[in-house]
Amino acid sequence: MSVSAAGGVTRVPAVEGWFTLGDEPHLIGCRCAACGTYVFPPRSGACPNPNCDSEDLVPTPLSRVGTVWSYTENQYAPPPPYRAAEPFEPYALAAVQLDEEGIIVLGQVPKGIMAADLKVGMPMQLETDVLYREVVDGVDTEFMVYVWAPAGPTAAKSIGGRS
Amino acid sequence: MSDRDLVVLGVGMHPWGKWGRDFTEYGMVAARAALKDAGIEWKDVEYVAGADTIRNGYPGFIAGSTFAQKLGWTGASISSNYAACASGAHSLQAARASILAGFCDVAMVIGADTTPKGFFAPVGGERKTDPDWLRFHLLGATNPVYFAMFARRRMDLYGATSEDFAQVKVKNSRHGLSNPYARFRKENAIEDVLNSPIVSDPLRLLDICATSDGAAAMIVTSRAFAEKKLGSLKGVPRIRAVSTVTPTYPQTILELPDFATDSTAVVAPPARGFKESLCWAAYEEAGMSPSDMNMAEVYDLSTALELDWYEHLGLCAPGEAEGLLRSGATTIGGRVPVNPSGGLSCFGEAIPAQAIAQVCELTWQLRGQAQGRQVEGAKAGITANQGLFGNGSSVIVSV
Repeated sequence: MSVSAAGGVTRVPAVEGWFTLGDEPHLIGCRCAACGTYVFPPRSGACPNPNCDSEDLVPTPLSRVGTVWSYTENQYAPPPPYRAAEPFEPYALAAVQLDEEGIIVLGQVPKGIMAADLKVGMPMQLETDVLYREVVDGVDTEFMVYVWAPAGPTAAKSIGGRS
Repeated sequence: MSDRDLVVLGVGMHPWGKWGRDFTEYGMVAARAALKDAGIEWKDVEYVAGADTIRNGYPGFIAGSTFAQKLGWTGASISSNYAACASGAHSLQAARASILAGFCDVAMVIGADTTPKGFFAPVGGERKTDPDWLRFHLLGATNPVYFAMFARRRMDLYGATSEDFAQVKVKNSRHGLSNPYARFRKENAIEDVLNSPIVSDPLRLLDICATSDGAAAMIVTSRAFAEKKLGSLKGVPRIRAVSTVTPTYPQTILELPDFATDSTAVVAPPARGFKESLCWAAYEEAGMSPSDMNMAEVYDLSTALELDWYEHLGLCAPGEAEGLLRSGATTIGGRVPVNPSGGLSCFGEAIPAQAIAQVCELTWQLRGQAQGRQVEGAKAGITANQGLFGNGSSVIVSV
């Protein structure tokens, strides 16, 4: 899947099949056709519930909104295979609890929103952001990743100015 | 004493540090020290349980035979075990199973490591289906990121402060000051911790354990062998329990290296989370309770994680760890000193050796040989340890 962005840049997900791109992106998890439990990242094969012997995991969109379970902020560039920008810019990560699915999903937070902007229990919403940019076979390509951004009344302020 | 107890006949370590030498050099020093401490010959060892290192090539993946060959082939049986940070305890469990099954009477448990500088990174190569590779690639989720998540929850839920976390470092730095095997033997003040750079907010450099070279070994035997050799087992440390349980579905805490927890949509969370269940399985096997423990060696990968362990071990209720720390109960001289060795804070982590080192420390403490850091009159202690991918351990040793 790829999406053309402005300025001749092509956008592709940095990992295939984990989330959608576009205006209202969402994570893609799996739901067991037999017991109904969820799993993320998506996978095929055995249901993770030990009480269930189903092998029928069906890809399904996950809730776009949840609440912060915890969060942090990287002040140092992570080692490869992370492709850190130079110079490195600190960024935050958040683990967000999805009520309906009953899971907590770890993700980056959009650039510019830092740990001081976050709090356990705060509402968050799924967005996508550029993980790294690279010319692939002559095509300027942005590799996208899902991110958790503040949602609700405080979100506009927190993410103001972000394109 | 129970028929299921093992006797710890000897323990030995190579000091922790950062030299980058062949890991087997360190392991051999620990092995020789453990044999000497046990008063037996290498030829007496019938089984070698090696804890693997994954960063030192083929010899690291077959640690049992690597050390059996280094010590000189004797025909001893071997096993090699990798269970992330719990590798040493899983190796002890393998040795215990072999002894309790009657396959052998004398076993060596050994682990040694040489570590690279800086953050632990995934093993090389592009592996887009390996969650350990993907968490670095997609998120930059280093190990301290996960440690920081736990720390931040303590702050937002329980009101813990950076000063509380720093106080754990201050305590452990004092405990380890005279431990000859510790890598860092320097007393730290609260300001030292608070003035060190933030790595993964809220954790600072001095809140997070380093990666180290090091080695630990122990000789464990059947009760019959030890009685024959020693006459009396009075005052001799015994392994009362080894817990290596895995999580129970659904695992609801975000643990290394996962992107997500299990789902609670269909199955309710277990009454005890993973880390609690590790400790309680050990208590139940030993027939002991938290109040029977005179000390604990816990996996303080970060200062804040040591506080989590107070609660998982049942030393206090959830949310009360900072109060327990401040009361002095977990300092040497207090009710239940935690990390009298100085912990990972003073050692840094040498993965396959670390869970063995925890048991070595309990052994020295229970024999009254922990010079400069002795927990007076200690009769029983517990270890707690956890690593990636649902590996963890808890061991109870008593006299």
